[in-house]
Amino acid sequence: MQINVDMDKCQHYGQCVFEAPEIFQLNSNDKLEFLAEADESERANVESARDVCPMQAIFILN
Amino acid sequence: MGGLRTAEALRRNGYEGPIEIIGAEIYEPYNRPPLSKEVLASTVSHSAVNFTHNLLDANTQWTLGTKVVTADPVRHTVTDEFGVEHKYAALVIATGLRPRRLTVDGNNALGTHVLRTLDDAMALRKDLVPGAEVVIVGAGFIGCEVASTALALGCKVAVVAADAYPMIRPLGEKFAAELQRRHEAVGVTYFLNNGISEIVTSEGESELRVTGLKLNNGQTLDCQVLVQAIGSYPNTEWLAESDLDISDGVLTDNAMLALNTMGEVVPDVYAVGDVARFPNPRFNAVPRRIEHWNIPIETAKRVGQVLAAQLSHQQTFDERVAQQFTPLPSFWSDQFGMNLLAFGDLGLANRSQLLDGEVTGDCIWGYFKDDVLVGVCGIGMRGALQSYRKGFLSELPAGLTSGQIPS
Repeated sequence: MQINVDMDKCQHYGQCVFEAPEIFQLNSNDKLEFLAEADESERANVESARDVCPMQAIFILN
Repeated sequence: MGGLRTAEALRRNGYEGPIEIIGAEIYEPYNRPPLSKEVLASTVSHSAVNFTHNLLDANTQWTLGTKVVTADPVRHTVTDEFGVEHKYAALVIATGLRPRRLTVDGNNALGTHVLRTLDDAMALRKDLVPGAEVVIVGAGFIGCEVASTALALGCKVAVVAADAYPMIRPLGEKFAAELQRRHEAVGVTYFLNNGISEIVTSEGESELRVTGLKLNNGQTLDCQVLVQAIGSYPNTEWLAESDLDISDGVLTDNAMLALNTMGEVVPDVYAVGDVARFPNPRFNAVPRRIEHWNIPIETAKRVGQVLAAQLSHQQTFDERVAQQFTPLPSFWSDQFGMNLLAFGDLGLANRSQLLDGEVTGDCIWGYFKDDVLVGVCGIGMRGALQSYRKGFLSELPAGLTSGQIPS
């Protein structure tokens, strides 16, 4: 699956990190980093991350 | 949002039968928080806030622009405003809240506003023109966010509240006083510890228009825009003829199953979101309504699991009901260039203290009920804040939690 985050919208709240820690992380500067490609087994976690994003900035492309 | 997320959770949990989503608004579900923040600051439209979803299958019916007016849990029906009866196998109540208005004359005059729905935001946005004098009644999160947005749009902004500090519930006096200082430093004028005596209006061509607000200290603030941000009521009037306990929202058990006034489960009726009053054993056994961003999502997930099991007549229903539901409430607020983020139930605390950072800069405040940490709230310092959140979760063993408040 492919994932995109609209970094103009993202405010680095990090809620997604708790739902899908394998995909989303805050770096040492408290900025969000994410994997654009993820295994299908992560889909449920990434969907949860998308749902809890306060800025609704996470998109699952396929 | 609660209704949408419940329907999605039902599908995710394997329920393939019919779902009808009845909504009073004409819009498909949308994200409300930006309506006081970045969307209010730019162009307010449904496309700016709508949720994308996949509930377009033939077995999902959207009945929008339709208000439900009564429910009969015995006959398993609800009736809408057009007199149409909708039969159900299970009912999920996700009717949310509506804003309170001041109880003085003129609370509906031109230029007066509340903020909850997309239509509310569109109407308010039109009035937030540069140079407009805006008075906001209520210094909670919505009031402070609107103050921030209006100031950024070039309005002159005053906030009036009965409280001693903005957002004192739930942030506590020390953090709230510091936020007031920061708000005032950028140009917001506060009138705290103040009641309202009168909305001053002028007779327009056909309707009353607001021109000022008279405080009960005798002072009058001129304004062309008056925003009433003084809390909300649960939308439960349509349940008045049922035997559900609707004394403050819809009372439920920990599986989000509605309870009647005798405290018994009302079969096949659930509630989600900020209209639901449910016990959260993470903190204590007292059922509470929680008006935080993630609660509709969490309660919808919970109902999706329990109700999907019920509808498939599997034995897993009893197992799922027996699992403890202990969501960690979370909210955030964007105001005056600051991003606040909180975890936990700050409202339960009886004291707060600075845990990290600087009072006047990035910071993390801890909220304690006696010696137990029940919430954290911070500006910046996300990595450190996440460590506290992880602490909350790791403190939760299978049964009760060490985060539980001693009774």
